Amino acid sequence: MSEDIIPMLKENVIQGRKTKDDEGIDEELSGTPGVEELTRSALENNIPVKEIITKGLTPGMEVVGEKFNAKEFYIPDMLASAEAVSAGMDILKPLFEASNIETKGRVTMATVRKDIHDIGKSIVATLLRGAGYEVEDLGIDVPTKKIVQYVKEKRPDYLGLSALLTSTMVYMGEIIDALKEAGLRDKVKVIVGGAAVSEEYAREIGADAYCVDGFDAIRTLDGFRKAK
Amino acid sequence: MPREGILVDTPYERMTGKQIEEIHKASMEILSDPGLICFSREAAEIFSASGADVTKIKSSDPPACLIKIPEKLVLDAIESTPKTVKLGARNKDNTLVMHGDEPRVYFISGSETNIWLDVDIQTYAKRSDPGIEIRLPEFTPRRGTVADLCNAAHVCEHLETLDGFIRTVNIQDKDITDDNKDVNKFFACLNNTTKHVMAGLTNLDQLDNVVNMASLIAGGKEQLKKNPIISFITCLVKSPLQFVDDTTKTFIEICKRGLPVVASSSPQAGTTAPIKEAGIIAQINAEVLAGITLGQLVNRGTPVMYGSVPVRARMDTLGDSYGSVETSQYNIDCTQMARFYKIPNYSTAGVCDSKVPGQQSSIERLLSDILVTLSGPQYLHCAYGLLDCNSVFCLPQAVLDDAHFQMIKFFLRSPQIDKMEITETLEQIRKVVQTPQKLYISYIRKVMRSGILSSSYPFEGDGKSDNVFLLVYKRMNELLERPVNHIDQTTTSRIFQEIPGLLPRLNIYEQRS
Repeated sequence: MSEDIIPMLKENVIQGRKTKDDEGIDEELSGTPGVEELTRSALENNIPVKEIITKGLTPGMEVVGEKFNAKEFYIPDMLASAEAVSAGMDILKPLFEASNIETKGRVTMATVRKDIHDIGKSIVATLLRGAGYEVEDLGIDVPTKKIVQYVKEKRPDYLGLSALLTSTMVYMGEIIDALKEAGLRDKVKVIVGGAAVSEEYAREIGADAYCVDGFDAIRTLDGFRKAK
Repeated sequence: MPREGILVDTPYERMTGKQIEEIHKASMEILSDPGLICFSREAAEIFSASGADVTKIKSSDPPACLIKIPEKLVLDAIESTPKTVKLGARNKDNTLVMHGDEPRVYFISGSETNIWLDVDIQTYAKRSDPGIEIRLPEFTPRRGTVADLCNAAHVCEHLETLDGFIRTVNIQDKDITDDNKDVNKFFACLNNTTKHVMAGLTNLDQLDNVVNMASLIAGGKEQLKKNPIISFITCLVKSPLQFVDDTTKTFIEICKRGLPVVASSSPQAGTTAPIKEAGIIAQINAEVLAGITLGQLVNRGTPVMYGSVPVRARMDTLGDSYGSVETSQYNIDCTQMARFYKIPNYSTAGVCDSKVPGQQSSIERLLSDILVTLSGPQYLHCAYGLLDCNSVFCLPQAVLDDAHFQMIKFFLRSPQIDKMEITETLEQIRKVVQTPQKLYISYIRKVMRSGILSSSYPFEGDGKSDNVFLLVYKRMNELLERPVNHIDQTTTSRIFQEIPGLLPRLNIYEQRS
C-alpha cells in the first residue's frame, strides 16, 4: 500500500487534484485521496520528505509541463497542478530544516499602489509555488513604503511587481528607487510584469528582469539561481 | 440519423408579416400581369392544359408564348409542394432532412466556376535586409478540370461544417464534351464525397445516364427514391420573367422522375430586376413560384425547392455584386418568403466580389455568411471557396470558410440557462468569493474538456505576423492526404460497364491495378 503512495501522488499532481473533493481530469478519481491527503499518508508511512518531493511532486509537475508544451494541457491545468504541489509543500515545509531541504528561493509579490488588478500576479504566484518557490503575496494596491519595509525585514530573494495600467506602472520605478535609497537594491532581484509593462520599460527603471507570464517567471528565477 | 446542421432558434427577419403579405400579393399580380414569356413549348402546353392563359407572341423569334398564371394555380401548387425534402447521401449519416417551416441550416458548397485558382507559397526577401524573408501565397488562375473537381470533393468530404456538396468547378478537360460532361461531373463528385451531391445538368440527353449511375450507387431505382444521393439545380426562369427553353425542358424531365430539384432564379437588382428591395423580391418570388408551379403541374408532389440567388448590380461595371450588403438583404427576404410558403429554401451566402483569398474575401464572406445563416434558410449554398462572384474556385478559401462556419455554428448554439445551471453557478460564486485569489480558474477544467467552449481560431499565427494563409495551405494538404471512402470496386466496375462516356482515368481501381 505504502509503495503506491508516491506514484499516486505523482498522478494526482498531473490530475491537478489538491484534495479528495477535487475533480481532476479522470472522473474515476473522484472521492479518492488528493495531493494533501497523500502527502500526509506518505509522512505517516515514514516516506522521507526528500523522496515525496523528488519522486512524487516534482516529477508530476514535470509531466504537466510536458503536456502543456504538447498543447495537451492548458493553463488552468498547470494552475490546478501547481496549486496541488503548493498544498503538498505547505504540509512538508515545517520538516524542511530537519530534512536538510532548501526551497528554490523566497519570492515576494505585490501589485503596486493604485492598481487593484491581480489575476496575472495570482497566476504567476501559483505557478512559482508549483515550481518549488516559497511565495508571499502582499496583495493589491500595496504602498511603496510597505514593500520596502517588507524587503528590509524579511529579506526575500526575489521581488515580483505587477501593474496592469500605464498610469500605475510608474510606481515600479518608484519602488526600485526607494529600495536603492534604503540600501536594499542589491539584496533582492526585482522582476516586473503586467499588461502595460515591457522589456524596454523594465530596463528603463532598472529592474532585473521583465517576465511576460508565469512560465517566463519560472525560467527567469531558475536562471538567476543557476547564475549564483 | 440525418446531419444536424444548425437550428437557428430565433431566426432574424427583415420583413414584417404585413410586408411578406405585400410581396406575396405583388408576386401573384406579376404572375398574372405581365405573366412570363415562355420559350419552352412543352411548358406552355402544360400551363395551357392546366387553365393558365397562354397566348402566342406573334413577333417572337425564337417562338414564344406569354403565360399568365392565375393565383389559384399557384396556391394549389404551393399546397402540393412537399414541405419536407430529404436529400440522401452515400453515407446515410450525411442525409439532409429539410422542413420548410424549420430554420435548420445546412451549409453547402458551390457553384460551378470556370476558373480554378492554383496556390503556391513563395518566399520573398526584404529589399533593405535580405536576411528577412516572408512567405506569401501566389495565385495562378487556370481552367478547371475533372481532377480539380475530384480534389474539391475530397477536401469538402473532410470539412466538418460542410453538409452537402454542390459541384464547385466546371470541368473543361480536352476530352470532356457536352455529351460526357454530366456523367463525369457527377461521378467525380460521388466518388470523392459521401455527402449529398447536387449539380446542374449540361445536356438533357445525359439525365438518364446520371440517374442510372446514381441508382447503381444507391442500390437500385427504388433505393434511389428513398435515398436520393443526387439532386439537381435548374435556373429555368431567366430574369425578368422568362422560361428558358433548355433548362425548362431539363426541369420538366427531372420533375417527371421525381428527383429533388431546385427551381432557382438569379435576378440582378438594377439590370434584370428593379433596383429597389420591394421590386426585386416581388419579381424573384414570382419567378420561383412560376417554376414551383410548373414542377407540380408536371408531377404533383415532386420535391421542388425554393431557389433564390438574388444579387445587386455593381454600379461601376453592372456586373454582379455578391459582396454588397443588399445581396444579403435580398437573400434573407427570400428565406422569409420560402418559410411563408413552408417550402425548403435554397439560399445564397458567402459569394464575394474579391478575386483572391484575403482580407476583402473574408470580410465580404463573413458578413453575408453570418447574416443569411441567421435568417435560417434550410439549404444554404454558402459557396465554400468561391471568389470573384461566381467565377473562381480556390480550395484553400474553402478550408478558410470551414473555420468561419465553425464559429457561426458555435455562436448559434442554444443558451444553457436553467434551474440546475443557476444553482450550480451560485454555489460556485459563493465558494470563489471566499478564496484569497477570487478566481474561477479551478472550475474551468471540466468545462474546457466538455466541448462547450469555442476553440481558438485554427489558423492563429505566432503573434508576429499573419500566418493564416500558410496554415490554411498546410491544412488543405493534410485534408488531401486523408483517405476518402470511394465507391466500392464492384459498383465502380458496373458503372464503367453500363454508363457511357466516363473517362477511364476516373476509375481508381483500374489505376491501381
